[in-house]
Amino acid sequence: MRKLRKRSICILRNKLSKRQLAGMLFVLPGFSGVLVFCLIPFGDVVRRSVVRSDGSFCGLMNYKTVLSNEAFLLAARNTLRFTAVCIPLLFVIAFALALLLGQAGARAKWYKSALLVPFAVPAASVALLWRVLFDTKGLINGALAAFGRAGVDWMNTGNAFYVLVGSYLWKNTGYVVLLFLAALAQIPQTIYEAARMDGAGRMACFRYITLPGIRCASYTILVISLLNSFKVFREAYLVAGSYPQEDIYLLQHVFNNWFVRMDVGKMSAGAVLLALVIGACIGGLQRLWQGKEA
Amino acid sequence: MDKDGKYEITNTGKKCTYNGRAGKCFGKAMTELCLAAAALFMVSPVLFLVTGSLMGDGEAKAYLGPVLFDAEGFATWRLLPRYPTLRNVVGLLLDSPEFFTMFWNTMKLSTATIVGQLVFAVPGAWGLARYEFPGRKLIYKLYVILMLLPFQVVMLPEYLVLDRLGLIDTLAAIVLPAVFSTFSVFLMYRFFTEIPEEIICAARVDGAGELQICVWIGLPLGASGIFSALFLQFLECCSMIEQPVAFLKEKTAWPLALYLPEIDASQVGLAFTASLAALLAPLLLFWMGKDYLEAGITAAALKE
Repeated sequence: MRKLRKRSICILRNKLSKRQLAGMLFVLPGFSGVLVFCLIPFGDVVRRSVVRSDGSFCGLMNYKTVLSNEAFLLAARNTLRFTAVCIPLLFVIAFALALLLGQAGARAKWYKSALLVPFAVPAASVALLWRVLFDTKGLINGALAAFGRAGVDWMNTGNAFYVLVGSYLWKNTGYVVLLFLAALAQIPQTIYEAARMDGAGRMACFRYITLPGIRCASYTILVISLLNSFKVFREAYLVAGSYPQEDIYLLQHVFNNWFVRMDVGKMSAGAVLLALVIGACIGGLQRLWQGKEA
Repeated sequence: MDKDGKYEITNTGKKCTYNGRAGKCFGKAMTELCLAAAALFMVSPVLFLVTGSLMGDGEAKAYLGPVLFDAEGFATWRLLPRYPTLRNVVGLLLDSPEFFTMFWNTMKLSTATIVGQLVFAVPGAWGLARYEFPGRKLIYKLYVILMLLPFQVVMLPEYLVLDRLGLIDTLAAIVLPAVFSTFSVFLMYRFFTEIPEEIICAARVDGAGELQICVWIGLPLGASGIFSALFLQFLECCSMIEQPVAFLKEKTAWPLALYLPEIDASQVGLAFTASLAALLAPLLLFWMGKDYLEAGITAAALKE
């Protein structure tokens, strides 16, 4: 009897390890690709960030160069400012639209699709429109002139920043609305019903049920919005090129220009720094969210 | 949102007229108005492109002259062209070989990426979602971190590898890194974990091998996740700018997205039509697959 049990455990173990093997085999091809195209080279970049171009070790010199590089600092400031302005705006607008959509009834589906259209539109396709709209003699200034207002120089002054914010919002609002809708749908209706029974008004429901209900999802939404905020470079690059007005000179521009000049030392150090900052941000956000939950 | 009926009690059209409470009707009208305005704002660039491509070259130049040629006055526009014509479309199809080369480059690139992901990302996600093995959690965490890094961080590492492999200036330089993009794995993983373990156990009891389980249970039950991940990847492929700019110096390998800004002002009609053409494939797919897209976007956000 005991022998039998032992044997069956043995078989079970054997099977388990077989299964483990199968799992590994499934993951392996993709993982080796990630290893070759991402992880190993990234390790190489970490190495390159602490050596001179001739290969000799130089400690943190590259980092010092990067951190005292004016273009890098300007771009870091701009990127920070861009995120700080965009993300709250995006959240407020998208959340308001999601709430409105919740009340739209049968037509909600159509509106939802329409809102999502910009997400499917390639950046290059709208570059032409951006030019026509925001040129000093463009459509917007034309409209302003028709109302007797003076024209605005959109792309060569600080206004360029707001144009970029606008284009980010245009592109991402629909996506985030969808995410918020999904989060709202997860709040059980019974809670609302119970609250109404207890005499809670709409504001109270919103404050004490809706807002806490989307807290958890809003972390993911925040991370995804941050991710997509880096892609705004496409519009900026297509409309204003490698050296745009200095308020929209973003980190992506710096990296691109370093890349064109093959400035390996600076790029490596910059890439490591950026990866660290992003990692720290996400780790911090995660901690913040989990901390509140506890 | 209407499905779960959150607002149904207060907002069905009938009630609104029944008790005739002006405030509520007004609120409803305002809701519609806001939503309609937002929707119009979102789709207006597409409408702009449609109008522009149906417009003759001369007409478009007359309207946009101030922007394109520094003519007097301001640019103007019409909702519908005064003299609608398909000449631009014909011109694009017959007289612009670059357009075709680059259109096919985009198509090749997207198709190759998607096929590659079917081969590598789908099994990867399946393995991560359904099996326990040492290092699984570590790999998953790594994938999530890699997914969050912007292209600018990995640009140099990727370039160095591609250069060593001699792939710079070929479409493979764009395709290979995209095939191993971890966002798709992450998304499919979400869907695969939702398949109940009982089904898989049952299959195992019936003697199905691991590969059979993946093909006959994983693929059909995770289909919506696979579709939406591949679809998001396709959209990404169509609008890639950073990668081709960095890795493709040779114009013959350029995708459509890099060709569009190159069209000069004298061919504005062509620019409109080409922009619209670049948008057509993603938009058509979007229209057909919007439910999958929604499911995919949503799956990324829910739970942890």
